[in-house]
Amino acid sequence: MYVAVKGGERAIDNAHAWLGEERRGDHDVSELSVAQIRKQLSLAVNRVMAEGSLYDPDLAALAIKQARGDMIEAIFLIRAYRTTLPRFAGSEPIATEKMACDRRISATFKDVPGGQILGPTFDYTHRLLDFKLAAEGGLTDAPEGDAQPGDVPHVLSFLDGEGLIQQEKQGAETPPDLTREPMELPANRPLRLQSLARGDEGFLLSLAYSTQRGYARNHAFVGELRIGDVPVEVDIPELGFAIEIGDITVTECETVNQFTGSKTEPAHFTRGYGLVFGMSERKAISMALVDRALRWEELGEDNLGAAAQDEEFVLSHCDNIQATGFLEHIKLPHYVDFQSELELVRKLRRDTMAGAGNTHAQEAAE
Amino acid sequence: MNDYNFAYLDEQTKRMIRRAILKGLAIPGYQVPFASREMPMPFGWGTGGVQVSAATLTPEDVFKVIDQGADDTTNAVSIRKFFQATAGVDTTEETDKATVIQTRHRIPEAALNEDQILVYQVPIPEPLRFLEPRETETRKMHSLEEYGLMHVKLYEDIARHGAIATAYAYPVKVEGRYVMDPSPIPKFDNPKMTMPAIQLFGAGREQRIYALPPYTEVVSLDFEDYPFEASKADHSCELCGADDSYLDEVIVDDQGGRIFVCSDTAYCASRQTALQDAAAAQHEEISA
Repeated sequence: MYVAVKGGERAIDNAHAWLGEERRGDHDVSELSVAQIRKQLSLAVNRVMAEGSLYDPDLAALAIKQARGDMIEAIFLIRAYRTTLPRFAGSEPIATEKMACDRRISATFKDVPGGQILGPTFDYTHRLLDFKLAAEGGLTDAPEGDAQPGDVPHVLSFLDGEGLIQQEKQGAETPPDLTREPMELPANRPLRLQSLARGDEGFLLSLAYSTQRGYARNHAFVGELRIGDVPVEVDIPELGFAIEIGDITVTECETVNQFTGSKTEPAHFTRGYGLVFGMSERKAISMALVDRALRWEELGEDNLGAAAQDEEFVLSHCDNIQATGFLEHIKLPHYVDFQSELELVRKLRRDTMAGAGNTHAQEAAE
Repeated sequence: MNDYNFAYLDEQTKRMIRRAILKGLAIPGYQVPFASREMPMPFGWGTGGVQVSAATLTPEDVFKVIDQGADDTTNAVSIRKFFQATAGVDTTEETDKATVIQTRHRIPEAALNEDQILVYQVPIPEPLRFLEPRETETRKMHSLEEYGLMHVKLYEDIARHGAIATAYAYPVKVEGRYVMDPSPIPKFDNPKMTMPAIQLFGAGREQRIYALPPYTEVVSLDFEDYPFEASKADHSCELCGADDSYLDEVIVDDQGGRIFVCSDTAYCASRQTALQDAAAAQHEEISA
C-alpha cells in the first residue's frame, strides 16, 4: 500500500549537517578565520556591508565564511541580522569633503586642488596571474608618503562656482527610510538613492552599461571618484551637540553629464551621484549612472522607454535579496497548484478533442 | 534563541504590522502597504505570513503550519520550527486544536471557527499584476474600481479555451468592492473563503497585508453563462476514501500508474483514525 512521504524534519536536519561539513571542507586544510576573511578578502567584505546595509566588517566576514563564499547568501545573513537591531538615532549627513582619501581621481581635470591620488587600485595592473601568490610569496611593502593636511574639496564644486553645473535642490524634509517604511512609488531622489545604494552590484552595473550603449544615453564623465574614511556624527539630545561615534570607509562618485539648457535657461552640466559603503568603486560609478538616468523627468528629458529610466522597474528589481528569494521559491512544493493546472489542461484537451470529433463526424455526414 | 524577542520581531515592528492588519480588516480586500522586514528566511518563502503570524501570536496560542495542505512539507516544518524556537508556542497538526494556522496554497478541509485565525502566505498580492505590471497603475485601478481588464481577460479565456483558464489564485471580489487575489490556493478552496475565522494575508517581498473579517462575502469572478466551478480530481482518496477533499496526484510507478490522496494530511489522518476505530469497534462487537 502507498504510504505518504514523511520525515521532512529529519531530512532538513541531515541536509544542514551535511552543509556544515561541506562548508568546513577537507580537514587537512587549515580552517579560515574570520579575521583572515576580513583582512584579506576585504572587497568581498565591503560588498556584503554595502548590500547588506550594515557597516560591520567582522559580521560581514563571518557571513562570508558561513555562506561558503556565496555573496548573496552572505548579504542575506547580514540583512536578516540587521532586522533585529534597534534604531538609536539618525546620523548627521557625512561630510565627504572632509574625507581622509585613500584614492581620489577626476577624469574631467588633469589636476585639481588636493591632487589626484591613485590609491590601492587594480587599474593599470596587467591581469596576469601572479603565481608568487600561490607560493605564499606575496609580501610587498608599499612606499609611504605624508598625507596632505586639510579638507579635499569636491571637484564638482569648482564647476558649481561658475554656475556650470545644475544646482541640487536642498531638501529640508527628513529623507524617507526604506527599511522602516514601505516603498511608495513614485519615489523621490533620496529614496531612489537609498534603494540603489543597497541594490545588487551586478544589476546596477548592467543597467549603467546599457545607458552607455544608447539605452537612455547621458554621456557621463567621472567628475570625481573618492574613497576614504569619514567620521560619523550623531546628535545627542542630552548634550545638545553632535559627537563623533566612529569612522566609516565609503566610496563616492559624482559624474558630470551632458549639458541641458533651453531658450530661457543657459546651458549647464547635470550630475549623477553614487555613494557606497567600503571600497566599491564599480558599484558607486554604476549607481551614479543609473541615478542620472532616473532623473530624466526632473531634468526635462524625454522618456526613451529605456530600462534604466524606469524608476518602478529599477527600484522593484534591484534588491538581490528580494530577487533571489522569489526566484528560488519556485523550488518549494507547488503540488496543489500544479494539480489544479493538470486537471484544467486535461479538461480543456477533452473538450477540444470532443469538439474536433464532432466536427469530423459532421463532415463525414455531409 | 533567547537573544531574540518573543516571535522574533521587536515590539515596534509588531505594532506596525498589527496596525496594517487592523486597517486591512477595516477595508476588506484592500492591500495595505507595510514596512516588511528582512526575515531569517528568504523572501518568497513565506516571510509575509511569518511576519503576520509573529504579530498575531500570543504565548497561549496553538500554532499549526501547512504547505500544500500538509504539515510535514519541508517549508512548513521549517516555519513551525522557527516559531517553536522564537516564540515557544505549542504546535499541533490537528486543525481544530490550532488557534493560528499559517498556510501556503490551501485552506484546511475541516471548517474553521470564530476562535481561529488563518494566515496566508502570498507571493503576488496584486490580482491585476499579470495584466498590468506597474504598481502605480494597479493602485489607481483599484481606487477607481476599474476592473474591466480582469473581465476582458476572463472573457478572452472563454473565447480561446471555452472555459476560464485559471485553476489557482482565482480572483475574487470582496463585499462587492475590491478584487482580491486569494493567494495561489486551488479554486476548489475559493467557496470556503466566506467563513467564521479571521483570514489574514501577508506578502513580505511585496510589502502588502490584506484581510477578511469573519463572514465577509467573497465571490469568485465569473459570468452568468459561464458560472464559477470549484473543481477537483474526479477520484476519491486512496488512503481515507474521502470524495469531498482536494486531492494530490501521486505517481507510483514508471508505467503511468497513479493514485490520488488528500492534500490535507490532518484531514486524511483524522479520517483514517476514525475508520480504524470504527473497524476495531465492529471487530469487538463480532468477537463479543
